[in-house]
Amino acid sequence: MSATDGSANADESNSPGGRRQTKLPRRGGVLAMLRAALVLLTLCSVLTGIVYPLVMTGIARVLFPWQAAGSLINRKGQPTLSRRSAIGSAQIGQYFNQPWYFWPRPSATSPVPYNAAASGGSNLGPTNPTLIAHIKQRVQALRNADIGNSAPIPVDLLTSSASGLDPDESVAAAYYQIPRIARLRRMSPARLKKLIARYTSGPQFGLLGEKVVNVLELNLALDRVAPYPPAPGAPFDHVRSSTVR
Amino acid sequence: MTGEAWISIGLLMLVVLLLVKPVGAFLARVYEFQPLFGLDKLFGPLERGIYRLCGIRMDDEQNWKQYAAACLVFNFLGFLAVYAIQRLQGSLPLNPAGMKAVPPSLAFNTAASFITNTNWQNYAGESTMSYGTQMAALTVQNFLSAATGMAILVALIRGLVRKTTSGIGNFWVDVTRSVLYVLLPICVIFSLILVSQGVPQTLERYVHVKLVEPFVAPAVASGAASRPEAVASQTIAVGPVASQEAIKELGTNGGGFFNANSAHPFENPTGLTNFLEETAILLIPLAFCYTFGRMVGDTRQGWAILAAMVILLLAFMIPCVITEQAGNPLLAKYCNQRPTALQPGGNMEGKEARLGPVNSAIFDSTATGTSTGAVNSMLDSFTPLGGLFPLWLIQLSEVAPGGIGSGLYGMLMFVLVTVFIAGLMIGRTPEYLGKKIEAFEMKMASIAILVPPSLALLGTAVACVIAQGVAGIANPGAHGFTEILYAMTSQANNNGSAFAGLNGDTPFYNIVGGLIMLIARYWTIIPPLAIAGSLANKKIVPAGSGTLSTHTPLFVFVLLGIIVVVVALTFFPALALGPLAEQLQTFAGHF
Amino acid sequence: MASRKPLNLFQGDIFRRAVRDALIKLNPRHQIRNPVMFVVFLGAILTTALFVQSLAGHGEAPTWFIFWISVWLWFTVFFANFAEAMAEGRGKAQADTLRRARRDTPARKLSAPQRAAAATEVPASTLRKGDIILCEAGDSIPADGEVVGGVASVDESAITGESAPVIREAGGDRSSVTGGTRVLSDWLIIRVGANPGEAFLDRMIAMVEGAKRQKTPNEIALNILLAGFTIVCLLATATLLPYSIYSAAAVNAALAAAGKAMVARAVPITTLVALLVCLIPTTIGGLLSAIGIAGMDRMIQANVIATSGRAVEAAGDVDVLLLDKTGTITLGNRQAVAFHPAPGVAERDLADAAQLSSLADETPEGRSIVVLAKNKYGMRQRDIDDLGARFVPFTAQTRMSGVDLPGRPIRKGADSAVEKYVCALGGSFPPAVRSKADEISRQGSTPLLVAQGPAVLGTIELKDIVKGGIRERFAELRAMGIKTVMVTGDNPLTAAAIAAEAGVDDFLAQATPETKLKLIRDYQQHGQLVAMTGDGTNDAPALAQADVAVAMNTGTQAAKEAGNMVDLDSNPTKLIEVVETGKQLLMTRGALTTFSIANDVSKYFAIIPVMFASTYPALTRLNIMDLNPQTAVLSAVIFNALIIIALIPVALRGVRYRPRPAHELLWNNILIYGVGGLLAPFIGIKLIDLLLNIRF
Repeated sequence: MSATDGSANADESNSPGGRRQTKLPRRGGVLAMLRAALVLLTLCSVLTGIVYPLVMTGIARVLFPWQAAGSLINRKGQPTLSRRSAIGSAQIGQYFNQPWYFWPRPSATSPVPYNAAASGGSNLGPTNPTLIAHIKQRVQALRNADIGNSAPIPVDLLTSSASGLDPDESVAAAYYQIPRIARLRRMSPARLKKLIARYTSGPQFGLLGEKVVNVLELNLALDRVAPYPPAPGAPFDHVRSSTVR
Repeated sequence: MTGEAWISIGLLMLVVLLLVKPVGAFLARVYEFQPLFGLDKLFGPLERGIYRLCGIRMDDEQNWKQYAAACLVFNFLGFLAVYAIQRLQGSLPLNPAGMKAVPPSLAFNTAASFITNTNWQNYAGESTMSYGTQMAALTVQNFLSAATGMAILVALIRGLVRKTTSGIGNFWVDVTRSVLYVLLPICVIFSLILVSQGVPQTLERYVHVKLVEPFVAPAVASGAASRPEAVASQTIAVGPVASQEAIKELGTNGGGFFNANSAHPFENPTGLTNFLEETAILLIPLAFCYTFGRMVGDTRQGWAILAAMVILLLAFMIPCVITEQAGNPLLAKYCNQRPTALQPGGNMEGKEARLGPVNSAIFDSTATGTSTGAVNSMLDSFTPLGGLFPLWLIQLSEVAPGGIGSGLYGMLMFVLVTVFIAGLMIGRTPEYLGKKIEAFEMKMASIAILVPPSLALLGTAVACVIAQGVAGIANPGAHGFTEILYAMTSQANNNGSAFAGLNGDTPFYNIVGGLIMLIARYWTIIPPLAIAGSLANKKIVPAGSGTLSTHTPLFVFVLLGIIVVVVALTFFPALALGPLAEQLQTFAGHF
Repeated sequence: MASRKPLNLFQGDIFRRAVRDALIKLNPRHQIRNPVMFVVFLGAILTTALFVQSLAGHGEAPTWFIFWISVWLWFTVFFANFAEAMAEGRGKAQADTLRRARRDTPARKLSAPQRAAAATEVPASTLRKGDIILCEAGDSIPADGEVVGGVASVDESAITGESAPVIREAGGDRSSVTGGTRVLSDWLIIRVGANPGEAFLDRMIAMVEGAKRQKTPNEIALNILLAGFTIVCLLATATLLPYSIYSAAAVNAALAAAGKAMVARAVPITTLVALLVCLIPTTIGGLLSAIGIAGMDRMIQANVIATSGRAVEAAGDVDVLLLDKTGTITLGNRQAVAFHPAPGVAERDLADAAQLSSLADETPEGRSIVVLAKNKYGMRQRDIDDLGARFVPFTAQTRMSGVDLPGRPIRKGADSAVEKYVCALGGSFPPAVRSKADEISRQGSTPLLVAQGPAVLGTIELKDIVKGGIRERFAELRAMGIKTVMVTGDNPLTAAAIAAEAGVDDFLAQATPETKLKLIRDYQQHGQLVAMTGDGTNDAPALAQADVAVAMNTGTQAAKEAGNMVDLDSNPTKLIEVVETGKQLLMTRGALTTFSIANDVSKYFAIIPVMFASTYPALTRLNIMDLNPQTAVLSAVIFNALIIIALIPVALRGVRYRPRPAHELLWNNILIYGVGGLLAPFIGIKLIDLLLNIRF
């Protein structure tokens, strides 16, 4: 396909679509086309592939430095820009399977759960027997960790998240775990509910997204207000009120 | 379906539809070379500089063959660039994680995928691609493949509008203006909003943190062979995410920075980002309807097509939301899936808690309907019917509302077929917007309509019978078949979303998939351009009362009927062996 | 209008011939011309082979099943052939009649175009273009040509079906003659205008037989669309084999793991072929060529010979109709409205003479004069024989008619003819009469002069009468989006008056061939399609320019050559029918395509649930029609075949057409053929399935 047959179509149009004087390429040819393609690709690559992301990085660093760096938080649950003091990201879940922490949702990342360098879901089909087997094991684990709690388990606490890095779980999932945490950390359920409420957010503007609890922040707060193991002889429902934000 | 679910859908539609007119009008100004509220002053020197360096003039017109050749050459060079950067990324800058060269077949698949606006990903971004590759190869093609789709559409519209001429515009100019005046400005604003919500935008290396409590991974969670040693740290992948995320949605590309795509908390951290990403996905494909109406001088024509697109999208989105919110019947005896004030409930496997089943189903339907292919939840884990609707949306040949540019030019192919059949029914040689639709147009429209379903069906057939194809399947039985069907359908329609269980990073899937994406893209681009060329040469017949009205509800109804019968039902037998069989077989008591 | 018989589908001889032709059409070389039906044809062969295989004991499905499927596939092919043969049938019958007119009569070839020139007898088949021949009363005209000498009345009923003879004479617009017609009186010298085999009669025979039928542009476009749709369906069904092999293997693996018998089987090829045939648009595919042929045939029934199917299609698209005033909008025959006596003549005397002269004149003008005289002066109609009068008929030479009473010869005719007559008798032509005649002309009426011997008595004013119902007709055309333009030689004032009365959209007054041509070009410049009728040689350029040009059969050879249709009845109103036939042709195609595609929905629901029954028994829940799983596929195939037969009448007659705005037409047709096409097979397949299960 060459661009040299322009002369045959040299008639001019002044149709409504092309309000300009239209003209077909006078010479053109393959070389001119290659040149245009190569130069345009290069310029666009520089513009959209280098200038644009770099400029955005620069602006973001000025306007939203914490978010741009990955929303890192320190052990106190406070935002930090220092990678050294960071213990995680407010946006990225971490795995907890000790019974004295709120358990997050199951994660299917490989090789370990909540591998934030390799996100992903289980991709198990809804009728896959493996999925059912996993659910059964998780039910068992939850029941074992809290013998006697026969409340129905909220679905999100049994199912692995899409990213494997879900920082949140439903309020129901957190509530389900209150008896276990309360017992192990010697806290009253009411206190725990309040703590959960503190780390509950959404839906945004009352409309967007779901109401969820940030598990990492909740667990960090737990450690601050009621460290585990509780000090020997500590009174029930002790609270180090000074550390609660 | 809960009231909240209806509100979520309603709100999204409301906001998008409110934006259609202003954005559509702006787009029309871009392609008709009208003043752009100062933006043209800002970027004008840059634009003219680009043309000067390229050796082109803004008023050079191309005929359809020249236009198509320019498109193919430009995309082919883009393909070479993406391939080369992936292969060489080990020795290129901006590689803090030290990613090695991408293997050849995967690099081929990825290059084909990104130049075709498919963004099918047989790789996991955070463990395969360096920052440099994500930016200079993938982000660039996110822009350029979108701009290509926009240019083709505009050329087709010009073909409809102009009379007795052979020029349909200039590909270089259309691409440049699409990038400079549409995609880039919106992306700048959009990526800043994303960052404010918690999307990273940094070139620093991945973050290593010490865990609060080291743990021993249980076998059940990972699925992989458990290692007894304790895990004490977490590596958090970050990067220039926001800048890529913005164009990924706006350009209906869908290729995630991370493997988990928009389910990843860094790509889609809040309800607001989720909503804005859905809006960005739908924005330009729907706004183009108004642009189309403006450019052809009758906005009713655009609204009619928009109505058809929205009806189709909602017809598939709503049942998807219903089935996902209803949950997985097989899990009912183990857990509580009921939506309450304290939990979203529903089928939560492969979904994020902050998004819940409703926003997951809306997002994935939106992304499959627009050929975006982004996901905020794992389709493989959707209920059989919940997964059927996104799959079927893709099988509509991506016209509800379809990809950026490509959705509308694809829809116009169906419009031509509808005009042809409906035109016959009123006893006239069919005409659309005053242009006679004859054998050549029918031939080209048939090719454009035929290619995607044919590739999907054939690709699935091949993968079903050869060992390399079957080997990729992750789930047994009918679901496994759905995985193959989904993968081939997604690539054959340049969507890119996946039933991600299927292991696609094998030479077979990389090469076959890559070829399918290339054929599907360019054989749905060339026919509309040929039609544009042919129509531009024709006279415009003035409309009278004997002319078929193409803006009426009746026409929309016929158009929808044609789409459903010609493409949607074609997949009915295949769907019967996949999601339908799975649903009826396993959930026999719940159907 | 001649020979417009109602269409009787099962007229014995046509039916028998169609059955025979349908079998002949099973030839693969014929089948391959229709891609949709060719697929069915191949499917029928394939299932027949599978049947033979199953007889040998290796059946992939029950033998009875394969047998009946293949039988009904053959029926499907046969029915499509039959439809085409039926459509061709009437044309062929008509061609036979025409052929009888084309006897190889001896011709008298003249050495020079004079009656007295030396003549040689030669067989008609040896006549070449340019030869001069003589035909006398009783002769059959041996070839097409142009009259160069003589005047004669000619019986053209063999071609037109019209029994009234027509006048043919040298020069002017009535000079062309057609081979196969017959000279009734006088003689003609004719210059042969066509070589043997190229004559009008030959073309007409070829046309009605459909021998040279080429696919029209629209038919080609539709064929492409149907072929594309067929390919999609072909892929959708062919790929089901690997899909079902995979699925059966997956299910069997699961069954084996559970220790159950591995019962899942891949779908039989016979079922796949059945599904394919049900899904591809066989209804429209099978009837497509029949629709085209029937459209041409309907034109022929209307006594219009189109030179190509393309012209018939274009007729449906016409945006502007140029209609000659006379004969189309107004009655070709004017009516007497007033008597204008010459100076010194009483009006009553003029009326009396006029009535006498018209007593034996059976033309409408003549009748109207008698009636006017009676109404105005109470003159009773008298019997011409009682008066001892002799009627003098109109001849081409005198251009007058009249009556010879004893000693009182009365003549009436055009002013020039009457002037010649009275002057020849030594009378004079009064200037007052001339000015009156001119005045009448100016008003758009026609003056008819009456003379008694050498004395001019006065003028009868004949006025144009707009045809009854024409106004409504134009309103319909307007609703269809067609603009009507009246073309007349009248002055603008008169033209405007008549145009307003007739309700046309526009008019062209004082039309000349040049202005007519320019008008057509102007409309075409704006992308509109123009149709017109014409007969004169000076119409030829305009006819050639118009998109649909109907030449009158009475017209000149040049006009007939320039047009793309010839109206044998020479009825200018026919243009409207031509447009309607063209529209009906396209509508029939569209309606049956819609029907065919809409049919698919139910067929999926009939076949899919039972087709994978061994692999996924649960799919039978989709069997919403509650068909017997054994016979569901067969029922769908039978329905698919029978619907072709059922729709043959629609294909041949065309869908009902009423002039209406586009959106109303579309609504109607969508309701009938779209929604109807969606529902009909649900009912049809269910009924067939019930019937089959009575027998089984």
